[in-house]
Amino acid sequence: MSNFSEESILNYLGPYKGDGSAVLRSLQLVQELLGYVPDSALDIIAKNSNVSRAEVYGVFTFYSDFRSTPPAKAVVKVCVAEACQASGSASLISELHDKGYDIHKGNIKDDIQMEQTFCLGNCALGPAAMVNGAPIGRATCAKIFAATSAVTA
Amino acid sequence: MTKVFVPMDSAALSMGANEVAQAITDQATKSGLDVTVVRNGSRGMLWLEPLVEVETEAGRIGYANVSADQIPDLIATGLLSGSSHDSCLGLVEELDFLKNQTRITFARVGVTDPLSLVDYEANGGLKGLRNAIAMTPAKIVDEVTDSGLRGRGGAGFPAGIKWKTVLNTESDQKYICCNADEGDSGTFADRMLMEGDPFTLIEGMIIAGIAVGATQGLIYVRSEYPHAIDVLNQAIQIAIEHKVLGTSVLGSEFSFNLEVRVGAGSYVCGEETAMLESLEGKRGMVRAKPPIPALVGLFGKPTVINNVMTLAAVPMILADGAASYQSFGVDRSRGTQVFQLAGNILRGGIVELPFGITLGDLVNKVGGGTHSGRPVKTVQIGGPLGAYLGVESWDVPMGYESLAEVGGMLGHGGIVIFDDTVNMAKQARFAMEFCAEESCGKCTPCRIGSTRGVEVIDRIVAGEEQAKNLELLEDLCEVMTDGSLCAMGGLTPLPVRSALKLFPADFGIKVEVK
Ligand SMILES: Cc1cc2nc3c(=O)[nH]c(=O)nc-3n(C[C@H](O)[C@H](O)[C@H](O)COP(=O)(O)O)c2cc1C
Ligand code: SF4
Ligand code: FES
Repeated sequence: MSNFSEESILNYLGPYKGDGSAVLRSLQLVQELLGYVPDSALDIIAKNSNVSRAEVYGVFTFYSDFRSTPPAKAVVKVCVAEACQASGSASLISELHDKGYDIHKGNIKDDIQMEQTFCLGNCALGPAAMVNGAPIGRATCAKIFAATSAVTA
Repeated sequence: MTKVFVPMDSAALSMGANEVAQAITDQATKSGLDVTVVRNGSRGMLWLEPLVEVETEAGRIGYANVSADQIPDLIATGLLSGSSHDSCLGLVEELDFLKNQTRITFARVGVTDPLSLVDYEANGGLKGLRNAIAMTPAKIVDEVTDSGLRGRGGAGFPAGIKWKTVLNTESDQKYICCNADEGDSGTFADRMLMEGDPFTLIEGMIIAGIAVGATQGLIYVRSEYPHAIDVLNQAIQIAIEHKVLGTSVLGSEFSFNLEVRVGAGSYVCGEETAMLESLEGKRGMVRAKPPIPALVGLFGKPTVINNVMTLAAVPMILADGAASYQSFGVDRSRGTQVFQLAGNILRGGIVELPFGITLGDLVNKVGGGTHSGRPVKTVQIGGPLGAYLGVESWDVPMGYESLAEVGGMLGHGGIVIFDDTVNMAKQARFAMEFCAEESCGKCTPCRIGSTRGVEVIDRIVAGEEQAKNLELLEDLCEVMTDGSLCAMGGLTPLPVRSALKLFPADFGIKVEVK
């Protein structure tokens, strides 16, 4: 994850050179490439977009999608919003907690990381979850760990 | 050749639709059967997913909750000829849930292959756009105004009036921005349309562009919808290849380009001006209005901002005329509304109906009550900023004004059902917590008030100085309502107050609530 060079990032950011309105997209691109946004990338983006580092940092911290450290191999998003609450997300969340995953902290254990999210648009089949972008309806611990083992194997 | 339909909608995927599609293909190859698997959108009967359909002479026969390991057996017992089986539903279009709906915006969703432009045209697509090309911009705007179409994103502002403002504002550049941030819990209609019939949204946006003189469109989709983003990008490519998008739309003098932009996990970016900031690459801070985006929008240019459902209603209005759309609905709520039944509901999914059905009929008759089988205690309509309503509101007709009369809000049309095990103090607390988490931070009442709100509710529940703390909560709600720039802080008191008013016992209240 960490073997990237300034040059290689700049290569990817090429289309956004000098475009001050591309800060968000630049951050998204870096995260897509590396899985997270290393601190040094903030400077690279600032330089490339011709804005201050503070501005890039401001955007980086505003959006909850961005991470400053590498993610686990399997990232599980667990919905904590109302429709899933109505379908029993609380007991799912506490079962996951018992297995060592705190969705509020997003700790990594055995290459797996679980995070809370507000609505995945699958509100009629809650509790809803997502493993590396793949949706899981009527989620249970068993279903979630079946999906994570497919990507951590 | 037999055509088998297996939805590629995210909800269907979440129940194993990809594995089912693969199993059908594998089994067909193994047994030398001539089968084509079409990946359609979802019919919106989400409790039946994966819902597999087989095309027969009599029509499409459905099989409910199919799993991959059932496929060999299903095929052996005649799935491909539509034979009966425990999971067989008969003709899908004859099912009460579907038959009793008025599918206009969702007419093609679940029926067609979302990425087949041929399918799209064969089922009425592009007719509205062709009509629009032959009309003057002012006439297109009049048509949308006359249809009575109101914004489906939450505020219910008349679409035609917004368009007229943009049309009448001189500028070298104008934009059409589609709000596909769909952050409200309990809503998924935008997602299902984008995944199940993306050309309808594209067509609606092109018509909007021609109507107001905009040549660039942007669709702002939340990052929680990776599949919708993928389908939209593919559909845009196909539309470009077939000259539906580009420098000469369907050979006309109009040009229209379209781009997908992805959000980054912020609820407030669904607020239109925060969305503009985000589209400009910045923090999603809400802008003060005026100026309205129709005059000063994206990069300072006149901009139409509409929800997916608003724009997706436009092709039909232009195809069949304003009068046709206007003929549906009640009072000032015209046309159809794509309701979404969510949460603890037996038959959850998409219900497109003219405005006017009662809340009780929608939840009980159409939705079949709770999934748990327990009594309904409350429903929340219109997302996290919407009020909780109790069963005494069953007779309220679903419409903008009628819901407002009972203190509710239609919002994006999502209805979240809760059974009698829900604790409303927890729900009120969550509303405040959510506001604290998602506030853009510009106004103190929203940013700080919501954090205080959580603490005050905790004290009330703990039984600490209840009378005093109830008064404090009421004050907080008032300050948030009056002192917030946008509906995030302004409407959070709605779920809080309604929960408290309807179910004071859940807060452990021993004093009387005003
Ligand atoms: C906090 C907040 C979140 C919002 N989220 C959305 C959203 O996800 N999608 C949407 O279409 N409108 C949302 N809105 C409403 C928009 O500000 C705006 O009214 C709407 O996009 C206009 O389109 P329409 O007239 O077609 O409804 C939100 C408003 C607020 C205050
Ligand atoms: S009410 Fe909240 S979200 Fe809206 S502008 Fe104020 S601080 Fe931002
Ligand atoms: S509320 Fe959980 S997916 Fe929508």
